Amino acid sequence: MAQPRVLILRAPGTNCDGEAVHAFERAGGLVERWHVNQLLAAPAKLAGFQILCLPGGFSYGDDIAAGRILANQIRQRLAEQLQEFKAQGKLILGICNGFQVLLKSGVLLPSDAKGAAPATLAWNDSGRFEDRWVPLATSGMRSVFFAGIDRMYLPVAHAEGRFVPRDARAFAQLEAAGQLVLRYGSSPLSGSASLQPATAYPDNPNGSLGDVAGVCDETGRVCGLMPHPERNIEPTHHPQWTRRERGALGDGLRVFQNAVSYFG
Amino acid sequence: MMLWEVDIYPASGEPDRAGQAVVAAAGQRGFAPGELRVAAAHGYLVQGALESGQIERIARDLLVDSVVERSLIGAAGEARLSDPHAAALDASAKWQLVYVLPKPGVMDPVAQSTLSAIADLQLTADAVRTFRKYWVAGKGVSRLETLCSQVLANDAIEQVVVGPLPFDHLELGTPYQFQLVTIPLRSLNDDQLVGLSREGQLYLNLAEMRTIQAHFRELGRDPSDIELETLAQTWSEHCSHKTLAGRIAYRGPEGTRTFGNMLKETIFAATQSIRQSLGANDWCVSVFADNAGIVRFDDENNVAFKVETHNHPSALEPYGGANTGIGGVIRDTLGTGLGAKPVCNTDVFCFAPPETPPAAVPPGALHPRRVIQGVVAGVRDYGNRMGIPTVNGAIYFDPRYVGNPLVYCGSVGIIPRDKSFKKPEPNDYIVALGGHTGRDGIHGATFSSGELTHESESLSGGAVQIGNAITEKMLLDVILQARDRGLYHAITDCGAGGFSSAVGEMGEHIGAEVWLDRAPVKYEGLSYTEIWISEAQERMVLSVGADQWPDFAQLAASEGVSATIIGQFVSGGRLQLKYDGQLVGELSMEFLHGGRPPVVREAVYEVPPSRELAYSGLAGRDLGAALKQILSSLDVASKHWVIRQYDHEVQGGSVVKPLVGAHNDGPSDAAVLRPVLSSQRAIVVGCGMNPRYGEFDTYHMAASAIDEAVRNCIAVGADPTRIAILDNFCWGNTDRPQTLGSLVRAALACHDVAVTLQTPFISGKDSLNNEFRYVDREGKQQVISIPPSLLISALGQIDDASQAVTMDFKKPGSAIYLVGATRDELGGSQLSHIWELSGGRVPQVDAALAKRTFAAVHSAIAAGFVQACHDLSEGGLAVALAEMAFAGALGATVDLATVPNELAAGPGRDVVLLFSESNTRFLCEVAPHHCERFERLLSGLPHARVGQVTAEPALVVNSGRTLVFTADTNELKAAWQAPLDWN
Repeated sequence: MAQPRVLILRAPGTNCDGEAVHAFERAGGLVERWHVNQLLAAPAKLAGFQILCLPGGFSYGDDIAAGRILANQIRQRLAEQLQEFKAQGKLILGICNGFQVLLKSGVLLPSDAKGAAPATLAWNDSGRFEDRWVPLATSGMRSVFFAGIDRMYLPVAHAEGRFVPRDARAFAQLEAAGQLVLRYGSSPLSGSASLQPATAYPDNPNGSLGDVAGVCDETGRVCGLMPHPERNIEPTHHPQWTRRERGALGDGLRVFQNAVSYFG
Repeated sequence: MMLWEVDIYPASGEPDRAGQAVVAAAGQRGFAPGELRVAAAHGYLVQGALESGQIERIARDLLVDSVVERSLIGAAGEARLSDPHAAALDASAKWQLVYVLPKPGVMDPVAQSTLSAIADLQLTADAVRTFRKYWVAGKGVSRLETLCSQVLANDAIEQVVVGPLPFDHLELGTPYQFQLVTIPLRSLNDDQLVGLSREGQLYLNLAEMRTIQAHFRELGRDPSDIELETLAQTWSEHCSHKTLAGRIAYRGPEGTRTFGNMLKETIFAATQSIRQSLGANDWCVSVFADNAGIVRFDDENNVAFKVETHNHPSALEPYGGANTGIGGVIRDTLGTGLGAKPVCNTDVFCFAPPETPPAAVPPGALHPRRVIQGVVAGVRDYGNRMGIPTVNGAIYFDPRYVGNPLVYCGSVGIIPRDKSFKKPEPNDYIVALGGHTGRDGIHGATFSSGELTHESESLSGGAVQIGNAITEKMLLDVILQARDRGLYHAITDCGAGGFSSAVGEMGEHIGAEVWLDRAPVKYEGLSYTEIWISEAQERMVLSVGADQWPDFAQLAASEGVSATIIGQFVSGGRLQLKYDGQLVGELSMEFLHGGRPPVVREAVYEVPPSRELAYSGLAGRDLGAALKQILSSLDVASKHWVIRQYDHEVQGGSVVKPLVGAHNDGPSDAAVLRPVLSSQRAIVVGCGMNPRYGEFDTYHMAASAIDEAVRNCIAVGADPTRIAILDNFCWGNTDRPQTLGSLVRAALACHDVAVTLQTPFISGKDSLNNEFRYVDREGKQQVISIPPSLLISALGQIDDASQAVTMDFKKPGSAIYLVGATRDELGGSQLSHIWELSGGRVPQVDAALAKRTFAAVHSAIAAGFVQACHDLSEGGLAVALAEMAFAGALGATVDLATVPNELAAGPGRDVVLLFSESNTRFLCEVAPHHCERFERLLSGLPHARVGQVTAEPALVVNSGRTLVFTADTNELKAAWQAPLDWN
């Protein structure tokens, strides 16, 4: 099938859905944008899509904690459908708030036997929302979305993006499984294998342990990242485009192209 | 029924940021280092028939993140919740417990969301309230009251409980017992009329009260409370702008002039004359008519822009004031035409300096640092949640803003051309959409028309609100879909005056019948009048046809947005208010909108006597040091601490960001963005303001502000024939003829400059009576009036976004051109400020020359000859040059002797060339092979090649063969970044 169907799922407070639609369309996907109520009313319709994207924003205001309420809805009411979606070899991408939702709903990383989540996204070390561009390096070959990408320059815009594993063991397991796929830092594989960040603020914008900026599940087909690839698509997106060769497409486009061409 | 308390602490090993923030803030309010230890928690009070296992599940699955948090759960008031051991605090210290909760009725968005999220768990709670909890120890506890009022809580919206919580249930309001209230107005004498206006917070003057009295005498009855309130809201300064749109007898340097409607005869008149001369090429669509001004954008879309102020609420509760300020202006855009989609926001603030000693802050005013932090957080949290990029702004500092800070919020929206006008139809339903009505925000419109006093905090608490951005985002999502499906005839925002203004305005030419008991309320107990005038946030009023209603209602329901029919537009020109079928008020639209007695005011302006600036004694001063000092003055210093807290890229259209250059940290002149992602056409947003110039002559202050706003847009590539501007006048008490005179003088400048530049004003707003009254320590009445503060906001356009330029130097070896003439204009300048000089000439504008200069610079940019462009404003040539150099991580060499100027020879020449703030000037970087063609485009205009870009990070400033100074651009950048590099 040449053109996969992409579902951009929005909830009250989602606000990066428009540019996510644009990015997937630019990459060649057939995109629909649905309110979560629409999916909750007919969960079976998820099966009609190949790619599910949870875009950025402040779902339900990020009240209680970022992504928590939508994550709760997904866990309570859509868990089965998402399991099925994953099992069929389809793709799920969470960007920023979408990453927070995927992580906190357990869709991305399963909880242990006692119900404890292996990691969370906590408040930035700076204690506030920050919008800034950061260098990123991919790590390993696990994620479908980052195939063929070594480095990217993308903006982050969040208050709660500090990746914190439950403990050193949980971190080591994820690292060993190659699931810590995106790191803050400028050189490929610069992300430290240890918990301590090797990249200093502001390039590690939130104090993420292990410099982790993005994570995938054990299959590599479910992925979440804090930076915004959809904000570096067009030639005029780069913050220094007036200093560079004109006309170059943005680093982020490749992420969406990878997703679409996975079904090519 | 149980009231559970869930306390949430940082897990062991996690930092206690909230506690650290309290210690830091206390340090700024006079607490000595080491005097305080603070441990903080936050939590939820959950009321309902819930068993302990259920509340534990709610905590585990919903409220607590066990990776980084730990919780303590109990029945409210249970001893272990106030036991420091249970909270795992240091046992050796003596801890005092303090709770801070939103006052009942204050918006608590997190509590609302929690309530519905609990329902997602298939559990039921009746009510939720959030709180913050502080444990305080150390010597500073002896000043607990100060700590509570200055740091921990704001009395305007929050309540403090010291020790365990003393209540076991949450108040949910009590049912309202209907009782019609009639005001015996007809029998009152003048003193009693004035007393009634004051005590009822009506803010109506005697003439207005008498007019109302006469009207009801004629009707042969007394008014009900709701009728009087409706008139007070509609006739308020905030809603009707009666002063500036009123009659003014002006006496100034231009001679005497009598205005029937001052704004109409100055600013609107300028736009009318521009539109006439444009003829068929008129690109204005709707000006001074709707909630925002609208101009043409491309074949499919128009673009709308509105800027509002929210000064008085921000003075009392900075976070909530700014929050609802930005929320309000977004609704203006959304309520323009049939609804514009907001694509970016702007914000401009005026504050007292953050380093003001606590003792110098007058009683009743909040410390400027607290105001700044609160305002920035308020704009951040609302704008970011709405998903609207905040792309442009400015901050000005002056001690006179101490009791009355200024918060200007703007919103640009894009609207299909065929959706740019609205018209309610007779028999349409009046539909309330969005948030429910509460007791919050009663008397905001009338309150903001009065002055602030040290008692305002206690008097007007109800006018201070917290917004709920997500409610407004949901509203936006519904409105844009309903607009595109054609599901209503008209829309307006519910802002100042609440339903009373929205329905009154929309039904002005028809008539309306309102069923107040149908309006959805947040809690029981609201009277019919409270429902009518509440300014509860996040509400819009729509005019929906009976045939449109079913689809509209279904759409709103599918998005979980409340839509309720609260009345009907009925022909006959009468406003009828009903509660449970009973008539509680009836006014003719004619009297409501046309009955107000004209306000006639005197206005006088005398240009303050000019004094030459004394240059003697300035010779030999270190000009490099002066540059560094100006770069680190608050007005000029980098605002990155603010900018980075705003999402300035959401919606994906960003082209020129607020911070640009080699390290993304140079100060952009204006923002550029593409509102339609599939198109290269871009909008440009800039602003101009200079309160310091007002001391010299408000005419030149206004002219300079326009020039600055326009040249900021030009500098990034905007087409000068497509720039629209907006005015926002924030002034002191215009009952004083001198104060009003200074405003009229500024409005005359707006007219003159706009007409010459052919740059139309499309919208505006004023905020008068920005004064702070208090009693000083000797018991004397004091008044602090703000300086005249005119903000000009500009909305420009670029055909092709890839033609935009940024201000950072690009390449060593490029030529540096200075365009525009430098004059001896150091009056009100940054140099005068840091050197504490008085006198001098204030910058003036040669508008005809400016028009030609803007056109020439634009054609050079459009032709691709300009690699970098920066306007010269605060700090003049020296600051612009330094900023371009360090933004590009490069250096520059310039020769002052080549600078085009109109100066007499004499002492201080280099000082003037470097620091004069003459208008209409740009620095342009031009590649050597483009110099000739660049110069040809500039021929006939003052311009000169003044230097070149260098690779070394140094500024080398010569005057002929003499070295004036050199400076390390890394050091200059550090000086520029340091002052507002807050944590």
